[in-house]
Amino acid sequence: MDAFEKLTALVVPLDRVNVDTDAIIPKQYLKAIGRAGFGANLFDNWRYLDAGEGRTDAERRPNPEFVLNKPRYQGAQILLARANFGCGSSREHAPWALLEYGIRAIIAPSFADIFFNNSLKNGLLPIIVPDAVVDRLFRDVEATPGYAVTVDLVSEAVVLPDGTRVPFQIDPFRRECILRGLDDVGWTLQYEADIKQYEERRRIEAPWLFTAE
Amino acid sequence: MMGKTLYDKLWDSHVVRELPDGTCLLYIDRHLVHEVTSPQAFAGLRAAGRRLWRRDANLAVADHNVPTKDRALGIRDATSRVQIETLDRNCADFGVTLFAMNDPRQGIVHVVGPEQGATLPGMTIVCGDSHTSTHGAFGALAHGIGTSEVEQVLATQCLLQKRAKPMRVRLEGRVPEGVTAKDLALAVIGRIGTAGGTGHAIEFAGPAVRALSMEGRMTLCNMAIEAGARAGLVGVDDTTVAYLANRPFAPRGALWEQAVAAWRDLHSDEDAVFAREVMIDAQTLSPQVTWGTSPEMVVGVAERVPDPAAEPDAARRAGMVAALAYMDLKPGTPMVDVPIDVVFIGSCTNARLEDLRAAAHMVRGRRVATGVRALVVPGSGLVKKAAEAEGLDRVFVEAGFEWRDAGCSMCLAMNADRLEAGERCASTSNRNFEGRQGAGGRTHLVSPAMAAAAAVAGHFVDVRGW
Ligand code: SF4
Repeated sequence: MDAFEKLTALVVPLDRVNVDTDAIIPKQYLKAIGRAGFGANLFDNWRYLDAGEGRTDAERRPNPEFVLNKPRYQGAQILLARANFGCGSSREHAPWALLEYGIRAIIAPSFADIFFNNSLKNGLLPIIVPDAVVDRLFRDVEATPGYAVTVDLVSEAVVLPDGTRVPFQIDPFRRECILRGLDDVGWTLQYEADIKQYEERRRIEAPWLFTAE
Repeated sequence: MMGKTLYDKLWDSHVVRELPDGTCLLYIDRHLVHEVTSPQAFAGLRAAGRRLWRRDANLAVADHNVPTKDRALGIRDATSRVQIETLDRNCADFGVTLFAMNDPRQGIVHVVGPEQGATLPGMTIVCGDSHTSTHGAFGALAHGIGTSEVEQVLATQCLLQKRAKPMRVRLEGRVPEGVTAKDLALAVIGRIGTAGGTGHAIEFAGPAVRALSMEGRMTLCNMAIEAGARAGLVGVDDTTVAYLANRPFAPRGALWEQAVAAWRDLHSDEDAVFAREVMIDAQTLSPQVTWGTSPEMVVGVAERVPDPAAEPDAARRAGMVAALAYMDLKPGTPMVDVPIDVVFIGSCTNARLEDLRAAAHMVRGRRVATGVRALVVPGSGLVKKAAEAEGLDRVFVEAGFEWRDAGCSMCLAMNADRLEAGERCASTSNRNFEGRQGAGGRTHLVSPAMAAAAAVAGHFVDVRGW
């Protein structure tokens, strides 16, 4: 996972509520056994006018109406979204696809729980800000070509072009992991002794949980 | 001292260590594995030279990609085949118990776990699939996880989690004739919305829930995730215990007695306090049909397609307009006038024996309407066998349904079973998202009885008094 401290980048607005993970990366692209290659199919059904199967990406027709395809938003690394972003399936391919496309942070009034977690584990920052701020951002982004904000994880604030600071919160533990680019397995194995101790206790309390081997 | 909710009891008994900010290292008793979300996790273990923490806690089955007919011919789609072969190889290399594609016990992971007794009350259960909430029907803390977490559980038997807020949905009264657990689930989502349970674990309680079979409770908990809650829960009672007796993975003899005694405490205490409570009178509910592209876009079958013009909230109104355009429906159309092209009876929501019985009951001696393609995909090989022993397969086949092998199938259309663009489907699955059952396909979520009746009529019908 890439560490993340601070990022100033172009914002792309996706004005839909309940954007689900099937929309973020449709299931026909989940058959890969690696972690790479999903970026080209991010928002596939909206981004292209033709179906992807049987065609190479270069042969496909982008949908000029879809916001990610508009010239003014090329190179955007921050996605502005609506409520309940990332609902639906638990596929971690969704944050992988967003990251590979180049998105490093998503600003929305709320996220679905599993997507939220999956994003943090991959260093994709899900930032929750109040509805009113999101409404204002949608207005400003659409009215101002080149609109960029700064996401500062160290001080936990989104800094708008006029200097306004919008605070947000990330759990201290998660924040530390992202700032340092730490992975969960390595972190958990520090507590090997605690896990073994817990198991010993449970073997006595609830032995039926340990009978299969 | 204040009483505890079921969620709190389950959580507290699994905390290995708590960090100052409240993040907990939570111990996982059962890990279910399938082919789509595990390859990158096993690859991660290999790359780091790590082994499994506890092999016997894992159970694997291929379900998402498997073909549902002509299995003997193998899998034609090369990428699907590689994914399933990768699961086979990973399970062999790491020593994980696997129900391979041709094992008679193979099926959808959320049907197989309970059927085998691998799902037990009081457990923490995870799987790289959001409908893991299903297993909460047994008074277990069960939720979906991402692939990084799959790797973490394989390597450490633990997850890093924050406590969710306990929420209770009470379903009061008696469920009327023709109304099923699926209708209860859709009605709850219609009421609280697809984000209504975000950050919460939803306990389903009340007489209407107590009266449900385990199959019905699984259907209800299965769809907790569609209400935004990672976990659904039902407290343990006699129904739970009776279901589990003599299942292959369940304890036996003295251990069984000891386990059952412990399970009796797995319900919320009388004086437990919930962060949020919702009350719904089940008596007033009717069979439900979704009309849009989110499970919260749902109405009773006797109602009409709603009019976005009546929606005051602008963002919601825009969502409704987009959904109606995608679904090709006009506001004000009675739901029973909506014609269908395809019927899918299957998925981890509604492909257990009880579901197939309910569907067969509607089609016995009738015929699928001309022009309608209808298929039944049992939830597991064992469900299929049991249904065949009762002659349900003949009922379906004689009516013109296709009778398939177990798997996820048209629930998400990763295999060859899918909708063509523009086709409209009455489906017993759980998601009606755009393209979910095939690019351009239109999904209406309904109960098995409603789906079966629609197959015969060629359009939605009210199964009450059918
Ligand atoms: S049946 Fe559908 S919802 Fe259930 S596990 Fe399979 S794909 Fe997921």
